[in-house]
Amino acid sequence: MASIQSAVLDLKRLDLLANGDSSIHRLDARAKVLVTLVFILSVVSCNRYELSALVPFFIFPVVMISLAGLPPLFILRKITLICPFVLAVGIFNPVFDREILLQLGPLGISGGWISFASILTRSILTVGAALILVGVTGFTAVCQALERLGMPQVFAVQLLFLYRYIFVLTEESGRASRARELRSCGRKGQGIRSFGSLTGHLLLRTWQRAERIHMAMLARGFSGEFHTGRRSRFGAPEFSFVLGWSAIFITLRLQNATQFLGSLIIVSYRLFSAFFLQKIIWLTHFPVYQG
Amino acid sequence: MSHHIVEVKNLRHVYPDGTVALNDVSFRITHGESVAVIGANGAGKSTLLQHLNGYLAATSGDIRIGDTPLTRATLPDIRRTVGMVFQDPDDQLFMPTVFDDVAFGPLNLGLPEEDVDRRVTESLALVGAGHLKRKPPYHLSSGEKRRAAIATVLAMSPDILVMDEPTSGLDPFARRQLMALLKEFRHTKIFTSHDLDMVLELCERTIVLHAGVVRADGPTREIFSNDALLAGCCLEKPFSMQNCPACGTRKSCP
Repeated sequence: MASIQSAVLDLKRLDLLANGDSSIHRLDARAKVLVTLVFILSVVSCNRYELSALVPFFIFPVVMISLAGLPPLFILRKITLICPFVLAVGIFNPVFDREILLQLGPLGISGGWISFASILTRSILTVGAALILVGVTGFTAVCQALERLGMPQVFAVQLLFLYRYIFVLTEESGRASRARELRSCGRKGQGIRSFGSLTGHLLLRTWQRAERIHMAMLARGFSGEFHTGRRSRFGAPEFSFVLGWSAIFITLRLQNATQFLGSLIIVSYRLFSAFFLQKIIWLTHFPVYQG
Repeated sequence: MSHHIVEVKNLRHVYPDGTVALNDVSFRITHGESVAVIGANGAGKSTLLQHLNGYLAATSGDIRIGDTPLTRATLPDIRRTVGMVFQDPDDQLFMPTVFDDVAFGPLNLGLPEEDVDRRVTESLALVGAGHLKRKPPYHLSSGEKRRAAIATVLAMSPDILVMDEPTSGLDPFARRQLMALLKEFRHTKIFTSHDLDMVLELCERTIVLHAGVVRADGPTREIFSNDALLAGCCLEKPFSMQNCPACGTRKSCP
């Protein structure tokens, strides 16, 4: 349970990051949500053997983190939390897909390993982008942005309540679980059975709390509609933010920038070496007279 | 200003499982009075409070707030008149930020935006929580949560304040501050509490509930001096009226 509670503390920290004041923080939440959506779509839609094309996409998280002043190590640690799930999803690819796709000297790399690496990279990119979005916007602002972009209000309100009470609920379950642990004296206690009734109690308590919250809402004139009077403006900075990043993502998706960069380097290397070769030949044939 | 009167007549409430929570409860609280409803656990205090703004419907009996009887049709009006502060502020602060929470009521009343802003700022300033405006409720301490919860109700500009255990779970300093704050309010006030020292300080009148029945209704000091009554209702005198724990006498020790 300690790990869950520390995860909640981390969540609170992520939430506090959203209070920052940078050019990215100040943008309308809708712009950031849209850009993140385009980013995720471009990354996810890549071919499963695509690896080199994914690398340039790292420019988005890097730029966002540096512009918004987020702590990069903290974000990185949060991303590694999901790695076990990704490993579980991708680990069988190398076993089933043994066709050699890439030859690095004597080492043949199978399609399975490439698709595995591709899954891993794509998860890091998409999860990173989502974390950065919350870090520069705040969860509630994300929900409100989604609502203003057309998500039904019921879902938005559900998400907001979930986020509001996740802290109360984890504290409650943490206490209940600690009480159980203390009374089972380091042994297993009554095993899975006690967990059953513990969960049941938590559920009932949550139910009662929901009733009290409803009562509190009614007491303040709630009549079924949520008014979230938050003004924000979708102006020129927002437009250029959305258009600029979307253009970059779509270009990166359609053009393999790594290959382009690679060929650019090879061409310039050839030009360079030809130039030096010529110079060396010239120098060896016409040595400068010294002394 | 007859709006500030609370009148309960022969109120009876039976829960669906057959428990009689309130039986023939009657009282009348007039304008500007500060009244405590005390009683042991399970005496019916919370049930009584939940009737006052119509969350629970009486099995029989009448409730009038001012000149208006509490019926389904008058419910919205009565809920605006009777401001209810819950025991657990976590139940009352459900919006993303303190500002949104305090604005929730006024927005539901359909007030224009500038009015809402003004009301939110005023009520937060009144409870000394102006600096918490932008914070989410889970980043607040218990004392701050309590203040914010009171502000959410004040923003509705109620005539009657009903509070369930306002001082529970507060440290001595926060409790002192809250009591000073409550003393300043000119509303008709109804508290339930186990903190009888607070009751002694804030309420001139006390209603004692026991097993769903009103056992006594009168001046606070008189009720707390009645040893037989208190013992019969599983209550104790407030500390300030008890003998000194060191020497056993009423005089203060050096």
